[in-house]
Amino acid sequence: MSVATGGAPAAARPTFRALEIDPRLLGMLVALGVIWVGFDLLSGGAFLTPRNLWNLSVQTSSIAVMACGMVLVIVTRNIDLSVGAILGVTGMLIGVLQARLLPEILGLEHPATWMIAVTAAIVIGATIGLFQGALIAYLAIPSFIVTLGGLLIWRGAAWWVTQGQTVAPMDGRFRPLGGGIDGAIGATASWIIGGLACAAILTALFATRARRVRFGFHVRPAWAEAVIAVLACGAVIGAVLIANAYPLPVGIVRRLAEAQGIAWPPGGIFIAHGLAVPVLIAIGVGIAMTVLATRTRFGRYVFAIGGNPEAAELSGVNTRRTLMLVFGLMGALCGIAACISTARLNAATNAAGSLDELYVIAAAVIGGTSLAGGAGTIAGAMLGALVMQSLQSGMVLLGVDAPLQNIVVGLVLVSAVWADTVYRRGIK
Amino acid sequence: MRTPLVEMRDISIAFGGIKAVDAVTVDLHAGEVVALLGHNGAGKSTLIKVLSGAYRADAGEIRVRGEAADIFTPRDAKKYGIETIYQTLALADNVDAAANIFLGRELVTRWGTLDDVAMESEARKVMGRLNPHFRRFKEPVRALSGGQRQSVAIARAIHFDAKILIMDEPTAALGPAETKQVGDLVKQLKTQGIGIFLISHDIHDVFDLADRISVMKNGRLVGSARCTDLTKDEALGMIIMGKCPPGAVPGPGANAA
Repeated sequence: MSVATGGAPAAARPTFRALEIDPRLLGMLVALGVIWVGFDLLSGGAFLTPRNLWNLSVQTSSIAVMACGMVLVIVTRNIDLSVGAILGVTGMLIGVLQARLLPEILGLEHPATWMIAVTAAIVIGATIGLFQGALIAYLAIPSFIVTLGGLLIWRGAAWWVTQGQTVAPMDGRFRPLGGGIDGAIGATASWIIGGLACAAILTALFATRARRVRFGFHVRPAWAEAVIAVLACGAVIGAVLIANAYPLPVGIVRRLAEAQGIAWPPGGIFIAHGLAVPVLIAIGVGIAMTVLATRTRFGRYVFAIGGNPEAAELSGVNTRRTLMLVFGLMGALCGIAACISTARLNAATNAAGSLDELYVIAAAVIGGTSLAGGAGTIAGAMLGALVMQSLQSGMVLLGVDAPLQNIVVGLVLVSAVWADTVYRRGIK
Repeated sequence: MRTPLVEMRDISIAFGGIKAVDAVTVDLHAGEVVALLGHNGAGKSTLIKVLSGAYRADAGEIRVRGEAADIFTPRDAKKYGIETIYQTLALADNVDAAANIFLGRELVTRWGTLDDVAMESEARKVMGRLNPHFRRFKEPVRALSGGQRQSVAIARAIHFDAKILIMDEPTAALGPAETKQVGDLVKQLKTQGIGIFLISHDIHDVFDLADRISVMKNGRLVGSARCTDLTKDEALGMIIMGKCPPGAVPGPGANAA
């Protein structure tokens, strides 16, 4: 193993090394590319269409949001099996809140309804998470057991809220959180957000470089910074282009045109969907969680606890409090995911989020989170969620039977973790 | 007589009915090195973990500069300027040297986020003093050698103006050159007025560095003595047989014979 020194050029593959890109993240991107192109070939070009990719992004959002929290849970050497059930009970509670309680108090379709519902979801989720976290951290009950119990309890509670009845419809201002035609922000707004994202990427790259130069530390060569900037901004612009290439259905555009008194031209009118609200929420959560995990004391403690719990305690880290907060955060993210999936379905059902715990854990683990603790990235987990959803959505597109879909997902999970184990052994 | 920097009086702690430390009294003055000696399992590490806040004593009292000190957690101990280098080093293997040195006391920017660049810069300074050849600041400490890991653990203890330093078997994992380096460091820290508890099971490691020794056996204090008042052989007799020589002040664990 070569010792990386200050300015000395690395011996092996200097061009690639200079980019300082995490090879595992790159590996996942390659895997995702292979899956996408493979399904596109098999389905005769139906996979890599704006419409399919847009739907794929919306379907991934809820799992991706929860996977962000699961990374921190697994990094601390714990597990949370209750996330799907927390999503279920939270979804039911805010469904009843906005479809039955708030209309009686505030009136139907009150402008504040959606905000109250979202706040309630986050508070309910966080409360459940903190409670479970307290049992794990202060009473030292294994997280596997606490959250296994939680899975049963909260799933049962979800049924109890309405004795199993489905609650619908949701508030009109709440529904966009789940995507759909109301939940797409349109072409212009997508370009504005894309532009801001590119500006933020460039600023962040520049600021990091400036700081390291000021302290006289090693920096990437200028060309490598440029390549990274082009790749990152290219990804953002590509996403916006795809979202803007997916038109609203003709019937809806015609109704809009009639409402505004515009004559219907022979070629029709092209109105783009633009980026979906749940996707923006998921990306926002991903960025916030990445900052939390890598740039704050809390995140540092989470990783230190995962690396060596005893050392963290002896170093003066309040490990119990940190652990409890990790589960609280996980619960809050379940609340956000509950908003997305309830809004997308336009209904609260007691089965919402069933088996989500397995997809969320799988996403985190496929994304490189080590079950031994101490290692994992938010970006990896979100990519993992996208890989899982791509597999499922692609198989649906190919008309693969549901049992076979599960078999394939299971095989992929096991092989991905095996490949990761081999890779880790390789770098040691 | 001067007030000691630290006094641990009649400290007792038991685990499941076994008295690991039984009414032990030791003290330490500023600029002094006190070696705590005894066989493996004599209770040295346990006693010292009470001072560093890792364990809570069942009975007894800790006084820092003559005043009763409430030390219940490692955070409390650090408030009194008590820093510890553990035998196991207590490093988080998955993060880098700077993150370990500043663990629990991170530097933050004015936005409240971690200031990794500033921490790396400080880490480079303190590591430069201890181990001038150390360059692997970007790697997780798991990738470091035993001596390098030891340097990181020492850097963490001395970087924050320690007043009282506890070194638990600091040279157990080191080669001769590195052992000498630790010895030089101990002498240097002594001149800065830091009081040091040096824990060892090997008399030869510490006899030349220490001003006084306290010997424990089976959880009890055999006795304490100035290093000038007894020979190495007499000290060995204390460790092995629990026999207190004339030059030492006997404790409750001293053999009558």
